[in-house]
Amino acid sequence: MNIVVCMKQVPDSETRVKIGADGKSLDLSSVNFVINPHDEFAIEEAIRLKEKHGGEVTVLTLGPDRAENDIRKALAMGADKAVLLRTEGDFQGDVAIALAEQIKTMGSDLVLFGKQAIDEDSSQTAQLVAEYLDLPCVTVVVKLDADPAAKRLTAEREIEGGTEVVELPLPAVIGTQKGLNEPRLPNLKGIMAAKKKPLEKKEPVNQASKVETVGLELPPPRAAGKMVSQGLDGVPELVRLLHEEAKVI
Amino acid sequence: MSVLAFAEQRNNTFRKSAFEAVSQAKILADQLGKTISAVVVGSNVENMAAELGKYGASKVYVVQDPTLSNYSTEGYTQAVCEAVAKAEASIVVLPATAMGKDLGPRVAGRLKAGIASDVTGLTVEGGRLQITRPMMAGKVFQKMIIKTEKQVISLRPNVFRATEASGAAKVEVLSVSLNPIRAVVKETRVESSKKVELTEADTIVSGGRGLKAPENWDLLTKLAEALGGAQGASRAVVDAGWRPHEEQVGQTGKTVSPQLYIAVGISGAIQHLAGMSSSKTIVAINNDPEAPIFKISDYGLVGDALEVLPELTKQILKLKGQ
Repeated sequence: MNIVVCMKQVPDSETRVKIGADGKSLDLSSVNFVINPHDEFAIEEAIRLKEKHGGEVTVLTLGPDRAENDIRKALAMGADKAVLLRTEGDFQGDVAIALAEQIKTMGSDLVLFGKQAIDEDSSQTAQLVAEYLDLPCVTVVVKLDADPAAKRLTAEREIEGGTEVVELPLPAVIGTQKGLNEPRLPNLKGIMAAKKKPLEKKEPVNQASKVETVGLELPPPRAAGKMVSQGLDGVPELVRLLHEEAKVI
Repeated sequence: MSVLAFAEQRNNTFRKSAFEAVSQAKILADQLGKTISAVVVGSNVENMAAELGKYGASKVYVVQDPTLSNYSTEGYTQAVCEAVAKAEASIVVLPATAMGKDLGPRVAGRLKAGIASDVTGLTVEGGRLQITRPMMAGKVFQKMIIKTEKQVISLRPNVFRATEASGAAKVEVLSVSLNPIRAVVKETRVESSKKVELTEADTIVSGGRGLKAPENWDLLTKLAEALGGAQGASRAVVDAGWRPHEEQVGQTGKTVSPQLYIAVGISGAIQHLAGMSSSKTIVAINNDPEAPIFKISDYGLVGDALEVLPELTKQILKLKGQ
């Protein structure tokens, strides 16, 4: 199976947000970047499928040059090669179209995404790319079985209070969710090998984005409230405050 | 021109967020001087459609077929797009539920529309939608506009109100010749119908390392049950395998905003705080008085979770007369 994994580089989840001088972008000057945590499940699943069924795993990223650092980490985990759709600063184009146009040239059987990027939280790129490529798509997948000979997948997706079991043909697009697998840490051999793996850099197709950010705002700060007495002594006071003051019980 | 709401149903029962979508579509339609319609997709759903009139829909389109009894991205996308064409809709409003989050982008792609997902604020200025939505699990809010003529928005559940009014809807069944569906839902497994979904819960009790061992979790479950709430968990205890990942609250888990959030034995890592700090009332119980969670809590109790939990459950049951 030829598998494309779409990976995004994002600020890590411990990042404290600072808004940039333009008021509509993040100040990224002191940010630590990581592979989008949800994408790690996609990378791991792609490698496992390759190990089981053969084929090749290509990492596809849209982003600036700094993304190369995390692309190399995915290659160290076991992906074979990578494509970086290189952008300068904030990409003003349509990300899903840029990815879909690139994937069209790659002849893949399966395209994997994380369920959402933890910076923008939109959880829409996999579905949009699937629509642009006219492929079936299952999102928020926690279990995946592939039968490459029959060109079929069985995917379990998370819904409120349960799962849906979906059967679909390849080629397809899958959005992965925590629970699907336990992403591996790259070993030293993988890290050394990753340095020599091919990374192609090219310009993304740049079609104007359909949306525009007009500003960013921080949420109103929350102040610390009341401390009740310590230990068991505090319980009656807490129950009374929740009942009479906050009126939530 | 109209605003079209997608009214989600499962097993021929509307979700609460379906009513939220219809009510909000009605508000937008009034502000934009457009008409409001809704679409219901499923199998044998014609009889339930009229109920949406109570939430402001003047017209409800129904697309029904036995192959639509289970949700499918492709079948539902086609159904919604047929309703968009029939209603001449320029704005489509969906709930940002498991179904709506999957469906909305596919519909947007088909319509060549821009989309805003998981929206928490909507206003109309100069005839244009001004959208607010959280990013990074709520660490920052994005103000945005959609530049295409057709626009798709999904609403975060529990944020917009479902408002009942007097009103009746005309129901029109659309005859749609459905394309073959490639990704077919073979089975829907819902663990327990009684279980409250985390993102839709009014009360959440979440636990962390302070519970010391997975076998103590029962104490937290009892408190959640006493409050009729859902259970959440910190990333630490999910990664340790104490709790299933679907209970994880935080930037790499779920973002929640209940009326009451009780954090038990959770110190309050930045990524956890991001996922719950928009809760209305926050209570923290932790044995470390310096824990960051206290800095954003309305009420704090310094104490051992294992000691405090049973007593808190007991007193809450007593208050409720049980």
